[in-house]
Amino acid sequence: MKALFSLIFVIILMLLVFAGVTGAGMHYIFGVVVPYIAIFAFLAGFIYRVIRWARSPVPFRITTTCGQQKSLPWIKNNRLENPDNWFAVVGRMLLEILFFRSLFRNTKTELKSGPKLVYGSNKYLWIGSLAFHWTFLIIFIRHFRFFTEPVPFIISLIEQMDSFFQIGLPIIYITDAVILGALTFLLLRRLLDSRIRYISLHADYIPLFLLLSIACTGVWMRYFEKVDVISIKQLSLGLFSFNPPGTELLSGIGVMFFIHLFLVSFLIAYLPLSKLMHMGGVFLSPTRNLANNNRIKRHVNPWNYDVKTHTYMEWEDEFRDVMKEAGMPLEKE
Amino acid sequence: MSDETPKPEALVKVDYKPPRKGWMDTKPDISRGNINWAAIPKSVEYLGLPYPRKWSPTDDDWQLPENWKEIILEGLRERLSKYRSLQLFMDICVRCGACADKCHFYIGSGDPKNMPVLRAELLRAVYRKEFTLAGKIMGKIAGGRELTIDVIKEWYYYFFQCTECRRCSVFCPYGIDTAEITMIGRELLSLIGIGIDWIVTPVANCFRTGNHLGVQPHGFQDSIDFAVDDLKDIIGFKVDAPVNKKGAEVLFIVPSADYFGDPHYFGLLGYMMLFHEIGLDYTFSAYASEGGNFGLFHSHEMMKILNAKIYHEAERLGVKWILGGECGHMWRVLNQYMDTMNGPADFLEVPVSPMTGTRFENTRTTKMVHITEFTSDLIKNNKLKLDKSRNDHWRITFHDSCNPARAMGILEEPRYIIRNVAENFFEMPENTIREETFCCGGGAGLGTDENLEMRMRGGLPRANAVKYVHDKYGVNVLTCMCAIDKAVLPTLMEYWVPGVEVGSIHELVGNALIMKGEKERIVDLRNEPLPGKEAVKDV
Repeated sequence: MKALFSLIFVIILMLLVFAGVTGAGMHYIFGVVVPYIAIFAFLAGFIYRVIRWARSPVPFRITTTCGQQKSLPWIKNNRLENPDNWFAVVGRMLLEILFFRSLFRNTKTELKSGPKLVYGSNKYLWIGSLAFHWTFLIIFIRHFRFFTEPVPFIISLIEQMDSFFQIGLPIIYITDAVILGALTFLLLRRLLDSRIRYISLHADYIPLFLLLSIACTGVWMRYFEKVDVISIKQLSLGLFSFNPPGTELLSGIGVMFFIHLFLVSFLIAYLPLSKLMHMGGVFLSPTRNLANNNRIKRHVNPWNYDVKTHTYMEWEDEFRDVMKEAGMPLEKE
Repeated sequence: MSDETPKPEALVKVDYKPPRKGWMDTKPDISRGNINWAAIPKSVEYLGLPYPRKWSPTDDDWQLPENWKEIILEGLRERLSKYRSLQLFMDICVRCGACADKCHFYIGSGDPKNMPVLRAELLRAVYRKEFTLAGKIMGKIAGGRELTIDVIKEWYYYFFQCTECRRCSVFCPYGIDTAEITMIGRELLSLIGIGIDWIVTPVANCFRTGNHLGVQPHGFQDSIDFAVDDLKDIIGFKVDAPVNKKGAEVLFIVPSADYFGDPHYFGLLGYMMLFHEIGLDYTFSAYASEGGNFGLFHSHEMMKILNAKIYHEAERLGVKWILGGECGHMWRVLNQYMDTMNGPADFLEVPVSPMTGTRFENTRTTKMVHITEFTSDLIKNNKLKLDKSRNDHWRITFHDSCNPARAMGILEEPRYIIRNVAENFFEMPENTIREETFCCGGGAGLGTDENLEMRMRGGLPRANAVKYVHDKYGVNVLTCMCAIDKAVLPTLMEYWVPGVEVGSIHELVGNALIMKGEKERIVDLRNEPLPGKEAVKDV
């Protein structure tokens, strides 16, 4: 139900653009006004969220350790899984952010008769999400050929590598195929695994349908229904130089482009309100980005406050008689 | 074991199929076997905590204060602004499900709300409804949930069905730590007078007498004297075991179960033999007679209040540094909280082993060394004479306790010691040890009798791994270094893997240790005949 609702929601978004552009001629609204609003909402929202996180202090160093600690010199410590200093933390975070180290550990638990619990390796989620995130990044970078003139060498290079197989005309980008596959996998996993379906919210399906629709409309424009790329580039250059073109140029671009652009705008505006903020949050997670060196280096809690403890003298006052009888040393006879 | 607890054959039929109804529309089964009794008013009052009253979780009316909702929301607001962990963990979960089958309570019960992701969603859904724009406007569609008394009951049920073991946080791609969620969830409940007796009463005891069991100073002295006498029967002479001795070099802190419970006690004997043999100038303290810290299971504030005694006592006694015994959550507090909460301990010196000269650089600021670090250093430097054959009657496996493993990373030290004091050591399967170790099922204050069925469920993954090595290698002792483990694992073993005992690392050390002037050793620390000495013992 939640999935269906989310799908319908995304379809309505697309129909809205279709109607707006083809029926009411709102090219300028969808081509210029909406992207500006979206970028503004994204920046403001993202900054607000990060500031909110940053405003809450980190009172304790609560590293989750996944390997041997640093202790005696002859015991080899595992610096990447149990970092002991800032440098090692950077290593751990790089593994986490670039290669999803923790997800790589994933196992599947099965209870068999006996009873016997069996833990199997389970890398599908790791592969699926790694494939999605990396291709998404490459596609994002590739799009800079629309925002730059002349196109920097590095972007052309990425594009060339992406079309390595030289199949089809226009040549098929590897990332286009992979991202569609990965997103479909992530969606099917959510729908078909009863456990994952049970924990899923609308907010889990909406980003998936948005991303799938963005990828599909992009693929459609590249391979099936050509749009006026020159005008699109003029539009994006205009947007970035705060000198957007008028309706005349925009009305020459196919409606599919406006749908694509609107979905992207919606996605980035929605990002700060959603779980997609994990993009920023992963850097700040205190169980990962702190060294396990509490016994080596003092960590200060900015709001540490005094508490009423039960002092030794109060304790001795209460138990002096029995202590005396037991012949225990006392501060006050 | 209570008669009501189902037999293992029945318990193991776990249904992992989620119910048809969504999780926001189901209610927990608050009944004996799955819950812990409410804190008694006397303990709540003693600690000055709010709303002491007689109530039971099985009652319909929990007699909450009139403005309970306001108190909870204000408490949550305050904690969001004080803990980045909480604020972040409320915002970034993507519900990928990687944590789902990592929780021992989920594996053993099949209850979907025992998946770490849903345990956290219980709090997150309320957070979204009350603290986010989307949740305020769109409510349920944005994943929000109204805070009702039923939600509070659910919090009580599931936050006291989490042992804060942190296994899920190892697998989470963002390191979301359910222990953090549970700790804060419990703090919030405590604000409206909801707590469990197995936590609040030990905390009250510890505040008053210095230990969870409420043992008074003369009782403590008796226990130590008793141990000295017991040892005399085994080794032939009395060891030194000073209590509250001023000017000693080292203050030694153990969890109170070590001097009051089996099989902990055999580990205590091991420590005392070891310290006597190497001539360590140490002292116990009857005031800081608790290393374990049930405050951790209650709130950050209680943790701090109880923990403060250790440095306070070290300063009073004028020791140079502190040594800590085998314990689990105790070491999470000592490693991750003590210095921040109650430090700096600038009246102490960086610990140096008087026997080997090793400077424990890894404890430069806390000045507190773990006993297995200390002992493995002694062994490495050939300071101990050890006879491994005295442990030949044991076929040993080692259970990494959650906190030493995942909040510290003390993995090799205990293994090094075991290999040096015994011959027969067998590891459990790799997904069940080290950082992937499974909880005993009774951590974080849940080791009660009324919670027995859930304990047996939660302990299933651990027990099942022991069963594997028991069947394959004939393992007959599960060693571990956590007082709660030692308290609850014997029951768990009896239930799932009969024929496996539970023991300490330092029990094995004590068995193997050859002491100067000892009489011929006939029995081990359990007073059972040593291998080859059965006939002698019978005479």
